[in-house]
Amino acid sequence: MAMQIIQKKPESLTDKEFTYCPGCTHGITHRLVAEVLDELGIREKTVTVGPVGCSVFAYQFFNTDATVAAHGRAPAVATGIKRARPDLCVFTYQGDGDLAAIGTAEIMHAANRGEKITTIFINNAIYGMTGGQMAPTTLLGMKTTTTPYGRNSNNDGYPIHVSEIIKETKGVAYLARVKVNTPQDVQKAKKAIKKAFLAQLKGIGFGMVEVLSTCPTNWGLDPVAALKWLDEHMVPEYPLGVFVDKVGDEQ
Amino acid sequence: MTTRIIFAGFGGQGVMLMGQILSLAGMLEGKHVTWMPSYGPEMRGGTANCTVVMSDEEVASPVTEKAEVVVAMNIPSLLKFQDDVIPNGFLFINQSVIDRDSNRTDINVIKVPCNEIADELGNLKVSNMAMLGAVVGGTDIVSTDNLFKALEKKLGSKASMIEINKQAVMKGYELAKASLVK
Amino acid sequence: MAERVLVKGTEAIGEAAVRAGCRLFFGYPITPQNELPEYMSKRMPEVGGSFLQTESEVATINMVYGAACTGRRVMTSTSSPGFSLMQEGVSYMAGAELPAVLVNVVRGGPGLGDIQPAQGDYWQATKGGGHGDYKLIVLAPSTLQEAVDLIGLAFDLADEYRNPVIVLADGVIGQIMEPVTFPEFRDPDTLPKHDSWALQGAVGREKHVVTSFDIDPVVLEKMNFELVDKFERIESKEKRWEEYKLDDADVVITSFGTIGRISKSVVEKAREEGIKVGLFRPITLWPFPYERLEEIVKGKKLVLDVEMNMGQMLEDVKLAVKDNAPIAFYKRMGGMVPTPEEILNALKMELGR
Ligand SMILES: Cc1ncc(C[n+]2csc(CCOP(=O)(O)OP(=O)(O)O)c2C)c(N)n1
Ligand code: SF4
Ligand SMILES: [Mg+2]
Repeated sequence: MAMQIIQKKPESLTDKEFTYCPGCTHGITHRLVAEVLDELGIREKTVTVGPVGCSVFAYQFFNTDATVAAHGRAPAVATGIKRARPDLCVFTYQGDGDLAAIGTAEIMHAANRGEKITTIFINNAIYGMTGGQMAPTTLLGMKTTTTPYGRNSNNDGYPIHVSEIIKETKGVAYLARVKVNTPQDVQKAKKAIKKAFLAQLKGIGFGMVEVLSTCPTNWGLDPVAALKWLDEHMVPEYPLGVFVDKVGDEQ
Repeated sequence: MTTRIIFAGFGGQGVMLMGQILSLAGMLEGKHVTWMPSYGPEMRGGTANCTVVMSDEEVASPVTEKAEVVVAMNIPSLLKFQDDVIPNGFLFINQSVIDRDSNRTDINVIKVPCNEIADELGNLKVSNMAMLGAVVGGTDIVSTDNLFKALEKKLGSKASMIEINKQAVMKGYELAKASLVK
Repeated sequence: MAERVLVKGTEAIGEAAVRAGCRLFFGYPITPQNELPEYMSKRMPEVGGSFLQTESEVATINMVYGAACTGRRVMTSTSSPGFSLMQEGVSYMAGAELPAVLVNVVRGGPGLGDIQPAQGDYWQATKGGGHGDYKLIVLAPSTLQEAVDLIGLAFDLADEYRNPVIVLADGVIGQIMEPVTFPEFRDPDTLPKHDSWALQGAVGREKHVVTSFDIDPVVLEKMNFELVDKFERIESKEKRWEEYKLDDADVVITSFGTIGRISKSVVEKAREEGIKVGLFRPITLWPFPYERLEEIVKGKKLVLDVEMNMGQMLEDVKLAVKDNAPIAFYKRMGGMVPTPEEILNALKMELGR
């Protein structure tokens, strides 16, 4: 009897082994994006724009044409590619430091222009790559290597809610916040990612999915405790949901 | 005289700390020292190493190709660094993790069952201190007095841990002395 | 005598700044200097200062501009890509004559490069980097003690000349631990207040304006000439360098920063083999000690310049040496640090030995 393949690696991922820490949910989100690219049959016309952050190696993992933008500038680079080749599908993959600190201007204006690109935004409330400094999304009271006394709104301001801010810009065609803790979460996340790509493919406008993600290494938790911490602390601060959906359901 | 020591192992084996304590002991001994770590994403779960240079004169180069002493806490470190030991130099092997011999015959090889020593003392966390003790026992690079002083400075707040760390150091120290006599 | 303590380079620099009276630090994370802002985030609240992690290096340098406008001691630190982002603001600061200390812990480039030690930002630091006519004083430490001492000097020079000062380090200086002796704490209240120009509120006096802007070219040119005068004063007074075993040397190694100290090993090893080598190490990269280097190389067999870049200081070495001695160059790049052994081999090849 022939063996049945139950789960196989999406074609949109390379054979390169992920460089993420054990239990880091960057990897799950990579897989979801790749599955969506496969299902939409757009791998060959997609360009990945990687960030600077732990996912700086995304250009090696996605089996598409790919580049790495300067820290925070991925939406600008993606805009350049899309304007030059509107027939391509262009997506950025960015962390919260990359997108919500140094790259705030670029993401705001890409969204506001209704740039026909897709952004996957990994909110892990920390700077993973550089060793656990405060991110703009870091929760109040949370200790990081640059908030040794805990994040204090008086000195460090408040956790930034990027999705809630850019949902007001007119160019956004799809926008949702998801998590990838459980199989059900993963299904919802995948659906959202697909719609964020469809927003681009149908020429409606800018699509973004914010993924609440774990960083066991810099949170100082084991992978299971990190998932629990995300549920208990991040979800209340960053409620899940669909903020904008101009894509509709009939696909 | 100048002694160059490379400590290498997995991320969590305390190789950086060993190097720092030895450097501090060297400083207390009145020597010139530098401590240089490997750094970057390769530390994430991968291998880590640091180089300590200790000298009677100012340390000119904190980086080195060759070393008088190499401490290998795991197999990748052994493979990577054993060839860098100068002839008649020292290679310390963490026998609890490394199940093979060195390819070198022109150097002093001292095997230290770090985990067993630590286990006997009731705390696996001190296995790196057993190794550090062995390094000092084998090379006499600093006095145990200064080594203990450095240990106390470094572990300061965890006073309860100091005693067991010292015991681990002494076990390693004596083991190295004994294996040199042979 | 003050106590010797074993510290990491980034922390040595941070503590030296605190002791120099710096109470304002702005920074954005970037490897390999993260421990410096991390240290400051702990230390600034302890000494009544202010630490802020900014949203980007563009914001950082403009916060530094603002803090410097008040005449207080302010510092930032970054690594290569971050320093590139700061250039617009640095040019504004030079134009507005604002004192500040900028630390660049240089890493491999160009572009994102890597995070290992390098010296590829020499040109950026010494020749400009931003737009317009300006110079920054550039100090290059080769040991942690020197880094500590130069941080103090950097603040003093910045205040004296109303000009940004760069401390150009690299991943080795940033990451090593070495014993240092810290200077005494300086009381911020005893430091220069810059009452004659700083923005502190126009209480009972004419208003102050700090700007790099003047729409009238006649006036702007006058300002340019005044800056040039200042830069010439700095050139005549502030050149610093180290000479090591040059008296009887046949060969002169020129190198700066980390390679400067590594070259000392080369000098020793070469001498053990009977080759008389000495070292000339510029400490101020701008102003570069051209005259002294020219004097020294007369009659030497060889000048070997060694750098962790494609030959950036080499251009200044050539300007200094002229045709007084043959010049050779040995380089590593991309974050690779040469060992004394390989430099010695390169030197022997050049000498045909
Ligand atoms: C101009 C510039 N500044 C700083 C850096 C250093 N840097 C690299 S990644 C990063 C932040 C990473 O955090 P985030 O975007 O949240 O991604 P994560 O690693 O958490 O996935 C920073 C500050 C850089 N590469 N370039
Ligand atoms: S540091 Fe954090 S975000 Fe980066 S790979 Fe590790 S767990 Fe993931
Ligand atoms: Mg992050």
